[in-house]
Amino acid sequence: MNAPAYNFAYLDEQTKRMIRRAILKAIAIPGYQVPFASREMPMPYGWGTGGVQVTAAILGPQDVLKVIDQGSDDTTNAISIRKFFAKTAGVATTTATEEATVIQTRHRIPETALHANQVLVYQVPIPEPLRFLEPRETETRRMHALAEYGLMHVKLYEDIARFGHIATAYAYPVKVNARYVMDPSPTPKFDNPKMDHSPALQLFGAGREKRIYAIPPYTKVVSLDFEDHPFEPYRFNAPCALCAAENSYLDEIVTDDKGGRMFVCSDTDYCEGRQAAGHHGSLSAAPYKEKAGSHG
Amino acid sequence: MYVAVKGGERAIENAHRLLADTRRGDRSVAEVSLDQISEQLGLAVDRVMSEGSLYDRELAALAIKQARGDLIEAIFLVRAFRATLPRFGASEPVDTGAMRVLRRVSATFKDIPGGQILGPTFDYTHRLLDPSLAEGFVPEVPATAEASTAPTPRVTDILGRDGLIESSPQAEDGASVGDLTREPLNFPADRDLRLQNLARGDEGFLLAMGYSTQRGYGRNHPFVGEIRFGEVEVEFSAEDVGFAVPLGSIELTECQMVNQFKGSATEAPCFTRGYGLAFGQSERKTMSMALVDRALRARELGEEALAPAQDEEFVMSHSDNVQATGFVEHLKLPHYVDFQSELGLLRKLRQEFAEAFAEANAPDTMKEAAE
Amino acid sequence: MTTIAELPPGFVDKVLSAQSTFRSVMDAMARPGSVQRIVPMAGAPATMMRGTAAIALTLFDHDTPLWLDARMSESSDVTKWLKFHTGAPVVQDSSIASFALISDGATLPSLERFALGTNEYPDRSTTVILQVDGLDTGRSFELRGPGIDGVTMLQASIRPFDLFERLRMNETLFPRGIDLVLVADDAVVAIPRTTRVESKES
Repeated sequence: MNAPAYNFAYLDEQTKRMIRRAILKAIAIPGYQVPFASREMPMPYGWGTGGVQVTAAILGPQDVLKVIDQGSDDTTNAISIRKFFAKTAGVATTTATEEATVIQTRHRIPETALHANQVLVYQVPIPEPLRFLEPRETETRRMHALAEYGLMHVKLYEDIARFGHIATAYAYPVKVNARYVMDPSPTPKFDNPKMDHSPALQLFGAGREKRIYAIPPYTKVVSLDFEDHPFEPYRFNAPCALCAAENSYLDEIVTDDKGGRMFVCSDTDYCEGRQAAGHHGSLSAAPYKEKAGSHG
Repeated sequence: MYVAVKGGERAIENAHRLLADTRRGDRSVAEVSLDQISEQLGLAVDRVMSEGSLYDRELAALAIKQARGDLIEAIFLVRAFRATLPRFGASEPVDTGAMRVLRRVSATFKDIPGGQILGPTFDYTHRLLDPSLAEGFVPEVPATAEASTAPTPRVTDILGRDGLIESSPQAEDGASVGDLTREPLNFPADRDLRLQNLARGDEGFLLAMGYSTQRGYGRNHPFVGEIRFGEVEVEFSAEDVGFAVPLGSIELTECQMVNQFKGSATEAPCFTRGYGLAFGQSERKTMSMALVDRALRARELGEEALAPAQDEEFVMSHSDNVQATGFVEHLKLPHYVDFQSELGLLRKLRQEFAEAFAEANAPDTMKEAAE
Repeated sequence: MTTIAELPPGFVDKVLSAQSTFRSVMDAMARPGSVQRIVPMAGAPATMMRGTAAIALTLFDHDTPLWLDARMSESSDVTKWLKFHTGAPVVQDSSIASFALISDGATLPSLERFALGTNEYPDRSTTVILQVDGLDTGRSFELRGPGIDGVTMLQASIRPFDLFERLRMNETLFPRGIDLVLVADDAVVAIPRTTRVESKES
């Protein structure tokens, strides 16, 4: 039998070269989706194969890797991906945001501000921000070529006409370097402002859809909006029940079947760090209420 | 006190152990061997090789065993292994006309040079469950005859000699062979890439797409020109050696559909082709593939392309079961961060609705007071 | 006549050296104007700087057509070394090249002759790798654009003298354009198509 033997960081060198070339072009054309010949990975499409391929192409023995899913280092898929790289590349791993040199993420940007020696790798399911408005690749490619984004503005405006504001809560489209409209992956729109002018390099990998794109450091990233309906990040208006943070994104934890619930930081590293530094929340369920005129 | 969920690593390990145990099943029952799978579940192995894009019966059998008989999971295992293999190049085109035929039928002619050969087929079996197969069944020795030395030319070649069917496209010498596993796919795609996509495509998806053309969604009046199954030689031309080196033989099924004639002011009417090819004995797959291949040629043949099976982007983007199963199944991953965002938005929308509703239905005096 | 056995060697550790070199090039591309060092050593034929050789070993293969300037293409050591270590096909037509290697900046052809990509596929463009005399001395330039926090300075001894004036075409072509990688020995600076370069003296 052809017994399998695998390379450092799993990918063969030819594949890494191909991905590396795509990453360089992605950085050179911020927000543009570079097609690449995504490989079948030993984990299912839709489970982070794009992010895993990007991470595998950049990762070296000196790196310290952090993997989060939903902001947490302890969700099963984050553990599974972290173990994959610990095993195939022998890299050091961490849960501490500031210690990591490469952070692979699904659905969140860490609360702790990133620094210049870090790369944030996003797992992306549907890289095309126009896909749900126009399913055809041939059409959306033409729209990007002509920077013809009227369709997206019409969609957002229809929301305003119907609901009084833009009804997109996550995967909220952004414009990168005043040219390409880009999908930030299904992060909550709360995280959008963190992408703007970030000192860290941001790379996006979509394995099943075979696209890589990037935001270089210190690049202008603007969430699409209208003058009379400016972008507003959403956050549930309560402190974290564990660390009392007032400015972090919160998970809602259902505590019983009688309407009991509590809100805690989705970024587990951030929350634990604050608790270790002596910040303590109420540990009790905040009654559900939205302050009038609170965050959109 | 609330403690955030931990211990996921342990849970994963335990789940894998339990999976291994469940896979083995009752230990008092003999373990199934790869040979048994390869020999007795041969069509499953054929499908896994075809859609896994790797001709290796033993690895396919291993994948089926590891996947507990879930063929899409087995295909995925084979694909993930295949992706790590170096690619040395493309073989010479195989000559299916020179196939050592084990089965060969044509629906277009009563008799054909070389003859019709039924071979090992479910066709004309009565689908009655056979209790004698449950255990200890010893089949009769198959009937044998002197191997025929008569050539078995392809039916489409016979039609082609009279110009009744469009000629088969010939690749230019030295033209590179497209490979969608090595190059990102762009639309519109050439036929080589379309055929590769279909050959790797999910049998069930292609079956449904092919079926839809028969029911009028892009009808193209197909006849089975020929289905043949048997062994062909594979040769590889290495740049340095200067001649083709035989690599061995593989089993293939080929289906050539003969479709509705077309013509124009400048071209005489003739039949058109749809093509299907797969590893092993994969008749349903190759027939479906041929129907869809022909449907996807709509634009090239100047036909209106309105049906799903004629839509290249639609078919090619959704035919791959490894991609499809991954994305469908990823919905079981945690999505609570984006769900929380949606929940917040929904609560806000409901609150606004309730306020607007209350205001609209309030008694006039209250409205005035509010103003 | 050099035989294969006499060719300068490639990386000692192919996998880790390519990774390290790539990270230097990626950082250079992500932070235009910053000088990145290429650490891994590889043998390089004469006329090819070691930084260039490391980049070639890291990024070139059968799928990347190369265009070489006259001095490179006339050196059989260079073409043999590239073919043996990377397998990349050398092409005469610069407009289909994935990469161009320029050892003599004075002979840099008009940049329009390289692949500029299309508006639909702006990534299908040539990355021009230009060997220069120095990336720590020479004229001063101000760089602005994505990857740069406001403005950054670059000192470089480069030929052709009007390189950055020529590169201005990137402003009007975007998203099409040329991405430039400057190499001086083991130092690398990238100027992607989004970077705007002003000469300080002028």
